[in-house]
Amino acid sequence: MMFRSRTQTVLRGLSPLRGVCSRTGHFLLLFLLAVGTISAQIRPTRIISVVPAATEILFAVGAGPRVVAVSSFDHEPPDVNQLPRVGALMDPDVERILSLKPDLIVIYGSQHDLAQQLSRAGIPQFAFLHGGLSDILTTITALGERTDTRDAASRLVASIRSRLDAISRRVAGKPRPRTLIVFGRDPGALRNLYASGGIGFLHDMVEAAGGADVFGDVKRESVQATSETLIARAPEVIIEIRAGDEAVPNPDDWNALPSIPAVRQHRIVALIGTELVTAGPRVAAATERIARAIHPEAF
Amino acid sequence: MSTDTGAAARRSEIAVKPVDGPLGIRSRIAAASAGALAIAVAAIVLAPLIGSTHISVARAFDWSVPWATNVDAQIFFVARLPRVLAAALVGSALAASGVILQALLRNPLATPFTLGVSAGAALGAMLVLVLGGAMASLSWASVPAASFVGALAAVGVVYLLAAGRHRGFSTGVLLLAGVTLNSFLSALIMLVQYFADMTQTMQTLRWLLGDLDVAGYRPLVAALPMLAIAYVVFLALAPSLNLLSLGTDLAAARGVDVVRVERVAFLTASLATGAAVSIAGPIGFIGIVVPHLVRMVVGPDHRLVVPASLGFGAAFLIGCDLISRTVLAPIELPVGIVTALIGGPFFLWLLVRQS
Repeated sequence: MMFRSRTQTVLRGLSPLRGVCSRTGHFLLLFLLAVGTISAQIRPTRIISVVPAATEILFAVGAGPRVVAVSSFDHEPPDVNQLPRVGALMDPDVERILSLKPDLIVIYGSQHDLAQQLSRAGIPQFAFLHGGLSDILTTITALGERTDTRDAASRLVASIRSRLDAISRRVAGKPRPRTLIVFGRDPGALRNLYASGGIGFLHDMVEAAGGADVFGDVKRESVQATSETLIARAPEVIIEIRAGDEAVPNPDDWNALPSIPAVRQHRIVALIGTELVTAGPRVAAATERIARAIHPEAF
Repeated sequence: MSTDTGAAARRSEIAVKPVDGPLGIRSRIAAASAGALAIAVAAIVLAPLIGSTHISVARAFDWSVPWATNVDAQIFFVARLPRVLAAALVGSALAASGVILQALLRNPLATPFTLGVSAGAALGAMLVLVLGGAMASLSWASVPAASFVGALAAVGVVYLLAAGRHRGFSTGVLLLAGVTLNSFLSALIMLVQYFADMTQTMQTLRWLLGDLDVAGYRPLVAALPMLAIAYVVFLALAPSLNLLSLGTDLAAARGVDVVRVERVAFLTASLATGAAVSIAGPIGFIGIVVPHLVRMVVGPDHRLVVPASLGFGAAFLIGCDLISRTVLAPIELPVGIVTALIGGPFFLWLLVRQS
């Protein structure tokens, strides 16, 4: 129920440009603001981010020059390549983090151990979860508050909203093809295939791009799809999303399941790029790429 | 030595008992084989009719509907039937390999994965899953082939260790080398996983839970010749395994070429396990649950246990996979979890019962 109301809010919010924040979004924003208020009100000058999406947001709102270290998976924007690395989600290097004397560290909501260690060291934290498309905008607003870059953050949110709105205008009134988003499978085969389920920003991006997520009813972020469910769900468009550090998936692998409409009509698209898998400031660009794949005639 | 002989004598009573049954041994073998085959065939025929989606079987077999648009036929022939056949092949291979290795190691708790074969197979598969993503031109066969090569390498190492230290073939060294290699390879698997990204980690973990969704017949055709030969060898080994379970000395006295039988048994069971794991990943507990269940029904005579395990192993895994693909539809409960949920408690019960 929660999921459905959120998606509807996202979709409603995208077209008339208002009320983008859902109930969960509001809650998250309040939570983040509370955390921010409690930890410190001073303007942080030495920021560490261990979440690539947050790093991108920090740079996009102009707090980049104050970022002193990033995670080992950070590659965007290119400025981060000169910065020290302090581990990532599973293996944060606490010693390294402390030695860099941060006055704000951005961590992921599931890093409970790290949060405890940092609290003991008295380091102010900003914790968040990726969530859906609207949660990304909430996070941008909250990070803007926390890093004293409110104006840039609200400009960024407004520009993402207007780009998403432009996309929804282009695809408005068009038929919504059943779309399958694949983000991982065995190389050269359709086994061990992971697709986007009905929760999360990938799902929200498909819906915003004018497609109907074939696993929209499965309330999970990812679905391991079997050949039977793939045939039965009969996607009309298949979009294979990869971050880019691996080979482009071969569309011919899909010939093993020839009854799938997307296979018969050759509507299998591979989209490569980190913006597609990062819940950060490039979501509008990613959504537009997905929309072009689903509705090439609209662009 | 004397206690050994005592134990051997007790075993010999057990082993000889079935022969004194109301039926002759030939008819008992025929009955056990026919019964197990019937159960397996029934499972193969019935299981494809059930699945996560509703299909019309009549339409699936209606040849007037063009293949390209006949969704029912594709679900039946592309998704379900290969999967059921894969379960049959893998289940019978793992169950019969379990029987052979339990007899060879004279240890009722031995499984096809005790001697490092599955860990070798897993390491091979992990390497392709984690490093292979960057390589173009990988085919459906890449992961199964790498996993089979990994299994071969593990079997080779264990075999050389067991055969090298002694002039013959030491099952003691075999067990120790196998178990040690298993732990070592498991550590390497964790090393490979540590360097994988999030999606790859999920894929490697999923591979380890076992998956029979082969989506086509090619993996089965590739593994079939080897498995068919293994089944024939298993059946041929059965009389020698009966004598071997009395102890190597007694078996040798009765004319069994012990070293040769042990080598053939180890290599065949290991290669069959490697082929099964390359199709479906390391699906646990089949190799221990099925042999023991079968022994409860037909007794300890390997001439009955081997064919019955082949048939019942197939039916058992088909049944577990049916649960796996329907119970949480449209998502799946990995088949390795189903067999573990059934097999784990059974294994403990077996331990309690034995002590």
